[in-house]
Amino acid sequence: MTQLLAVAIDGVIYASWLFIIALGLTLIYGVMKILNLAHGSLYALGAYAAASLVGYWLSAGGSPYASYGLLAAAALVVGLVTGPLIERGLLKHLYGRDEIVLILVTYALFLILEDMIKLLWGVESYVVSEPYGLLGNMSFGPLDYPVYNAVLVVAAVVIGAAMTWGLQRTRSGRMLVAVIHDREISAAMGINVQRMYLVTFTIGAVLAAVGGALTAPTVSVVPGMGVEVIVLAFAVVVIGGLGSLPGAAVGALLVGMVRSAAVHYLPEAELFSIYAVMALVLLVRPKGLFSAAEVRRI
Amino acid sequence: MRDVTIRSLAVALALVLAAGPWLPQWALSLLTISLGKGLVVLGLLLLMRTGLVSFGQGLYYCLGAYAAGVLAQWTGLYDAVAMLVFSAIVSVLVASVLGLLLASYRGIFFAMLSLAFSMILYGLLIKMPAFGSSDGFNVVARTMLGIELAGKGGYAVLALAAVSACAAAMALHRYLGSHLGSLAPAIRDNELRVEYMGASVRGAVHLNYAIAALLAGMGGGVTALSVGHIDPEMAYWTTSGEFVFVAILSGTGSVAAPLAGSILFEWLRSYAYQYSPNTWQMVLGAAMLLIIMFLPAGLWSVLARRNKGA
Amino acid sequence: MTAILEAKGLSKNFGAVTAAAGISAGIERDTVTGLIGTNGAGKTTFVNMITGHLKPDAGTIVFEGREITAMLPRRITRLGICRSFQIPQLYDSLTVFQNLMVGMSIVLRNARGGMFSRVPSTVPGFGLPAPDAAAALLAQFDLVRFRDRPAGELPEGIRKLLDIAMTMAAKPKVLLLDEPTSGVSAEEKFAIMDMVMEAVRAQGVTVLFVEHDMDIVARYAGRVLAFFDGRIISDGPPDVVLADAEVRKYVIGEAAPDRGKAAAHA
Repeated sequence: MTQLLAVAIDGVIYASWLFIIALGLTLIYGVMKILNLAHGSLYALGAYAAASLVGYWLSAGGSPYASYGLLAAAALVVGLVTGPLIERGLLKHLYGRDEIVLILVTYALFLILEDMIKLLWGVESYVVSEPYGLLGNMSFGPLDYPVYNAVLVVAAVVIGAAMTWGLQRTRSGRMLVAVIHDREISAAMGINVQRMYLVTFTIGAVLAAVGGALTAPTVSVVPGMGVEVIVLAFAVVVIGGLGSLPGAAVGALLVGMVRSAAVHYLPEAELFSIYAVMALVLLVRPKGLFSAAEVRRI
Repeated sequence: MRDVTIRSLAVALALVLAAGPWLPQWALSLLTISLGKGLVVLGLLLLMRTGLVSFGQGLYYCLGAYAAGVLAQWTGLYDAVAMLVFSAIVSVLVASVLGLLLASYRGIFFAMLSLAFSMILYGLLIKMPAFGSSDGFNVVARTMLGIELAGKGGYAVLALAAVSACAAAMALHRYLGSHLGSLAPAIRDNELRVEYMGASVRGAVHLNYAIAALLAGMGGGVTALSVGHIDPEMAYWTTSGEFVFVAILSGTGSVAAPLAGSILFEWLRSYAYQYSPNTWQMVLGAAMLLIIMFLPAGLWSVLARRNKGA
Repeated sequence: MTAILEAKGLSKNFGAVTAAAGISAGIERDTVTGLIGTNGAGKTTFVNMITGHLKPDAGTIVFEGREITAMLPRRITRLGICRSFQIPQLYDSLTVFQNLMVGMSIVLRNARGGMFSRVPSTVPGFGLPAPDAAAALLAQFDLVRFRDRPAGELPEGIRKLLDIAMTMAAKPKVLLLDEPTSGVSAEEKFAIMDMVMEAVRAQGVTVLFVEHDMDIVARYAGRVLAFFDGRIISDGPPDVVLADAEVRKYVIGEAAPDRGKAAAHA
């Protein structure tokens, strides 16, 4: 019984982390039809920036409680800088090209960013664990968890709710949804699709960076941390359906739970189980759980 | 009928075999590994001509390598040729099954699903102590077609690699010129039309996928024999990504391109690692962007895809 | 007289939309039939069901005595029913000659006795090796001067011709032409139709064509089927069908001279 509870809680924590990262990825694909392989690098950038900022703040004698705000600030800065830079500087010149070409572009971007991180921060690991332990622990029966994990879960819920509200209730949000459904008609109806792309990619970059920043206190920040993340986020997004917000949430929960169960009951299957689930879902629903209907072709 | 491509490949093979015994160890090794990876890229050429980009050829590259090692360990058959043949067989068998699912996909779904399968293998292997977990294990060949290799192993493996690569390229060239092979660019351009002319697109895609897998498996076997050590990294998605990069760099204009491109790439990489190990990836990425943006002709076969409805 | 192609009670719904409501028609061998109707009237759905692109909700299609309802398109093609497309479906990066050669390769492979038998050395129906058969088609459709041009660079009228020429590689018994002159300039329409009909009818092919241009229909069709709202509302020789009041009202869009006012007040 205790083990089931542990599985569930670990699953939710992992799912929250996955959701934040996957959300950006699925949004970018939904609006721009680009599968951003550099998403993991943006995540890593967020982690590094957060670790540096908080590390500097703490060593300068700043209050540890302010570090949470700094984590968010670092993520915001990374996202708001890299998003527009990448979208305007690179992607904008390649719209209209084949989907596969755009993936290769984001892959090239991933390669560049990975080395850029090494150049900027070197290859040693950064550890800023104070924010992680600062809030103490909480108990669920016999199990203890750092309260920080609750921060992660709350962040995921808040972000999910904010995005849902934003997409459904604001004008810009509804325009984004329109572009997700049909780019051409949206443009024909006067929606500034180019601006939507900029906004979307920036939001995606911010979300990736937030995921990284929130992760920074819980791990050693090392080069290559983004490399594994991208495939995990990708699995979530494909399971949920590319471009679907609820899909990202459901996919994250599913992957989170499956991985958690694997870790507890069959550790050898940890990584394998995630991709096995993805393959299984695709067998049944070829385009993911929440995918759009197929359009008639001739 | 000897056409230009076949003749050039034959000449190149003769040159490699003749020059082999005089090459220094590092060159021998570099050439052999390049040819091994070149085999994988050859498979990508076929897939790209069919309109598909696989981000998961690492699956078969790794499978082929592990098959070679496993054959030796389990059956005591340390023969290079037998190992290579086994690599090919295992890869084709797996591809025949996975292809059933994958042949239903195109575009990024095909790319990403193939990636997923390679990651499944990676995930399995790093947790399997029987195969050395994340450390992998060593592979060594003691004989080739029964003949003892002692001492001359490096040259023998090069010869095997060169013969395999050239033979594969020639066979692929013939295949692409055949009735079945000529369907590839047609499928890439307009699947609907191919179906309505009475051919099975799915069947052709599945077949080409299996052929690409066979080539990748052989490439993995060659690499295993050459390097002497294999590990799960061979199935990691970045390995597959590198194969795609070489395929783009080489272009799909000729079956000789993947082999030449691989050799060039490995040679450049060995220099780059020496002089700036922390910017190698950046250079690669920048080069790829430049090619994509300014040399679209190099990406011609990927870009030429059309998928219009009526 | 048995029909070469017999459709009985074909129905197809897309949600609340009825694309076909019990369509029945028998097509005789060696005839030319025109299918007319406004967009959404059901003629393209009819063609799509015959060629296997759509599975009818009800009804049967029988070709040369064999039921082909819901068969895969490639099987129907192999049995002898081919179609051309409203928007030409070509291999844009391949040359005109290569486009035709792909068709020949497919036909040769389909002509094998079994999966592992050898491919015949000459193309069935042409009696020539594949490159010569392709060259013959080029000549027949006046495409020789475009032989080595990539299909993607061709003018629209030529694309349409190539699209139809490709279907002839398979020497079909029944040929469905989907709007063969749409998108073609007025001066070229008749030239193209003349060429197509001459090439096609020389082989004794049964032709059905979908058209919006009534002049084309009047000139080339021996029989016309008029579609409206998923049903066939008129069936007969062109001069009869095209004068039919309902056809004029629902398809052509003009009121018959005398009855106009009376119908408007009815």
